[in-house]
Amino acid sequence: MDAASLATIRLSIELAAATTVILLAFGTPLAWWLARGSAHGLGRLRAPMRALVALPLVLPPSVLGFYLLLALGPNGPIGRVTQALGWGTLAFTFWGLLIGSIIYSLPFVVQPIVQAFEAIGNRPLEVAATLRAGPLDAFWRVALPLARPGLMTGAVMGFAHTLGEFGVVLMIGGNIPGQTRVLSVQIYDHVEALEYGAAHWLAGGMLLFALLALLAVHAVQARWHRKATA
Amino acid sequence: MKGRAGFALALIAALLCAVARADTVTVAVAANFAAPAKALAEVLRKTTGHTAQLSFGATGMFTTQIGNGAPFDVFMAADAKNPAKLEAEGFTVPGSRLTYATGRLALWSAQADFVDAQGKVLGSGQFNKLAIANPKFAPYGEAAMQTLGKLGLAGRLTPRLVMGESIGQTYQFVVSGNAQLGFVALSQVMADGALKTGSLWVVPQDLHAPIVQDAVLLRRGADNPAARAWMALLQAPATRDLIRDYGYAGADR
Repeated sequence: MDAASLATIRLSIELAAATTVILLAFGTPLAWWLARGSAHGLGRLRAPMRALVALPLVLPPSVLGFYLLLALGPNGPIGRVTQALGWGTLAFTFWGLLIGSIIYSLPFVVQPIVQAFEAIGNRPLEVAATLRAGPLDAFWRVALPLARPGLMTGAVMGFAHTLGEFGVVLMIGGNIPGQTRVLSVQIYDHVEALEYGAAHWLAGGMLLFALLALLAVHAVQARWHRKATA
Repeated sequence: MKGRAGFALALIAALLCAVARADTVTVAVAANFAAPAKALAEVLRKTTGHTAQLSFGATGMFTTQIGNGAPFDVFMAADAKNPAKLEAEGFTVPGSRLTYATGRLALWSAQADFVDAQGKVLGSGQFNKLAIANPKFAPYGEAAMQTLGKLGLAGRLTPRLVMGESIGQTYQFVVSGNAQLGFVALSQVMADGALKTGSLWVVPQDLHAPIVQDAVLLRRGADNPAARAWMALLQAPATRDLIRDYGYAGADR
């Protein structure tokens, strides 16, 4: 494999890893609120928030990419802010792709975690409260460990889905080696240039990785199910 | 009774005739030629009654799709290479390949007064990004790189380059303002012989190899009257004028 392909693979993994870490960090509290937050006050926003989180599942990536391109541009709302901060515009940069990926992969990370939190039920947390665990303590020492399969599923799905991202990157990336040229775009380039051999190597690798990722998710869930029913 | 059956038969025959006369040609069109192709489809409908169903996309992708059985009758490429390849592989009607247009490259900005009449802004470096189509497979991108090479700017400007997968995407990068400058097809920024918006430098044709755009009749369209009519239309003198109005140099450069 040549240096250019390796750089592309490395960049793709960096983007997917950064996206996954950020989504786990702020997606977990978000999922907690969506699953178990109070139904009053701000809680009334939970239903619209759930819809908003799920939106990238049904939106074509071209819609997301198109609006991002306009939003990140010099006259867009995000572009104005980043320019005022002295960062310039973020289209054609790694950071622009990161913003796009976080939005694009949001439901793939948050939804499994929401489901896991919901599956815990009230009982363990009531017991924790009886044993005088504070809410934060109960979250860290009871809820999070119990939701581990959801967190792992979310992490694997978020990573794999970001790696497979194409439409958004195509619209806001600009295909810059080492900065925005990721695997899916590289494969498109190879096909477009009729370099089927090179395309096969990368495309076959992606296929294999996606299959392994889904097998891993399945294995985690199966193990958890056995534990839960044993 | 007999009269009515006869009438019905005549009606069916008439309908069949109408259907037979008004055929549909499916055309795969290079993205840069979208606007003139739509105008040509209108001409075809008015003069022959045939319908042209147009699909716009990237030339390399169309070649791959046609090689894998895509249902197109005519292929209008952005280059000469891809139609020649399909011809060599036996996907076309022999002898049908013709040059329908020669593309013109333009350095364009969405901002007024940004690009000067000699394109000196390129050398000044007073811009954030320069958008080009991917030179690996997009003819306008290849011409852009040749131009930068001739101007002696290729090395200096490489860090500023952003690449679109097609000339359509390159145009998007510039029109949205994310790239202040871009090499686009003149046909994308011209309407009725005038610049639509922004500022531009029409790149002299001696700065790059000619962007020859060829069309072929594909095997699927060999016996389709509408496809034959489309190929004939491409060669009509009036068509050449129409194509020129959209910012092409014309086939007979």
